Amino acid sequence: MTTALSRGLWACRCCRRLCRPSAGNGSDAERCPRCGATVRPRKPDSLSRTWALLIAAAILYVPANLLPVMQTSSMLGSSRDTIISGVVYFWTSGSPGLALLIFSVSILVPLIKLGALAYLAFNVRRPGAAGPHGLGRLYRVVELAGRWSMLDIFVIALMVGMVRFRTLATIEAGPGAAAFGAVVVLSMLAAASFDPRLLWDASGPSSHEH
Amino acid sequence: MTAAPESGLMACPECDRLHIDLPLRPGEKARCVRCGTVILRSPYWRPDQMLALVMAALIAFLLANACPILELRVQGSISRATLLDAILALWREDRQMVAALVFATGLLAPLADLLAMTALLAAVLTGRRPAYFAPLLRLIQQVRPWGMIEVLMLGVLVSLVKLSHLAQVVPGVALWAFIALTVLLAAVLSYDPRCLWQLPAGRKGAA
Repeated sequence: MTTALSRGLWACRCCRRLCRPSAGNGSDAERCPRCGATVRPRKPDSLSRTWALLIAAAILYVPANLLPVMQTSSMLGSSRDTIISGVVYFWTSGSPGLALLIFSVSILVPLIKLGALAYLAFNVRRPGAAGPHGLGRLYRVVELAGRWSMLDIFVIALMVGMVRFRTLATIEAGPGAAAFGAVVVLSMLAAASFDPRLLWDASGPSSHEH
Repeated sequence: MTAAPESGLMACPECDRLHIDLPLRPGEKARCVRCGTVILRSPYWRPDQMLALVMAALIAFLLANACPILELRVQGSISRATLLDAILALWREDRQMVAALVFATGLLAPLADLLAMTALLAAVLTGRRPAYFAPLLRLIQQVRPWGMIEVLMLGVLVSLVKLSHLAQVVPGVALWAFIALTVLLAAVLSYDPRCLWQLPAGRKGAA
């Protein structure tokens, strides 16, 4: 199995150019001769960074779901909505499709993403039954799906901006919104600092070719 | 650091497997033989066609942000807001982090991406490779994952439904502009600007 690294070549993450590090350099960062980006053999401290960001995201996941994300005040009184009560509202007001959509992207996707990244980071050295193929696919799905969690943040921002009837009704963003935004950003950064090439490095030279 | 003598080679970004870099026909994709990741996507459109698409997306972006997205009517009073108004309202309510996040992902990142693409394509079409060529390509790689217009579009539709329970909702110009922007941006983002490195300076047409 020929990888770039086994030939002593480093791939630029930015322009994909293969570079040969100067003699004697094992892992220090160098500059890509074509685009000037920093080139390293693998993403730096990939696993520690992934774990750190992952744990931070997991901690914030709790206030994101418990604290209100939106506070509505109108002449009829005021109400506080958490993410889950927003889902329930859509379910009971005759939009089960939207309820499912919000439930998936705001609750399921972050949860699955955190779980999947932890699984990847934990099993990176021994891919097990799924093998690097399965784990690599899992990583790609997780990386693609994560951005859709921003949906609720956009909805909150738009509701706050739109409902500006000074006396009739106003909507304010709650503290849960900031926590939820942080969960999305931290888990995106966690996915970005994970280096999928580590899955294959571990599988050794005798790995699955198809 | 030196450029590899094996410059006809390419490594898979997901598993590092080495491949021989063969020229692709327009619209063709190259997949890694080991892990199946798409390594390279040859653009379907030529740079001049791409530039037209990017300009159209910029116009849609301008309309989407300059006009109100929706208009709400309750008992004779009217409330309307652009995306920027919504961000400012969040900021004033001491939700600066959320405001900054929405600003960065819904406005700044897509705008930076489109402007950088315009400058790069214009440079390629005039056959030059100016000093800002490499920094702009790096900028696009950094910024692209954070541009979330398609998610924002879905957010607009969801809040439309949500608001229609509270008040009479009249869609604004920006709503249609957002739909156009989402479609145009999908086409723009499918263009991997890295293929611009493959174009020898001074030649027009796709690699």
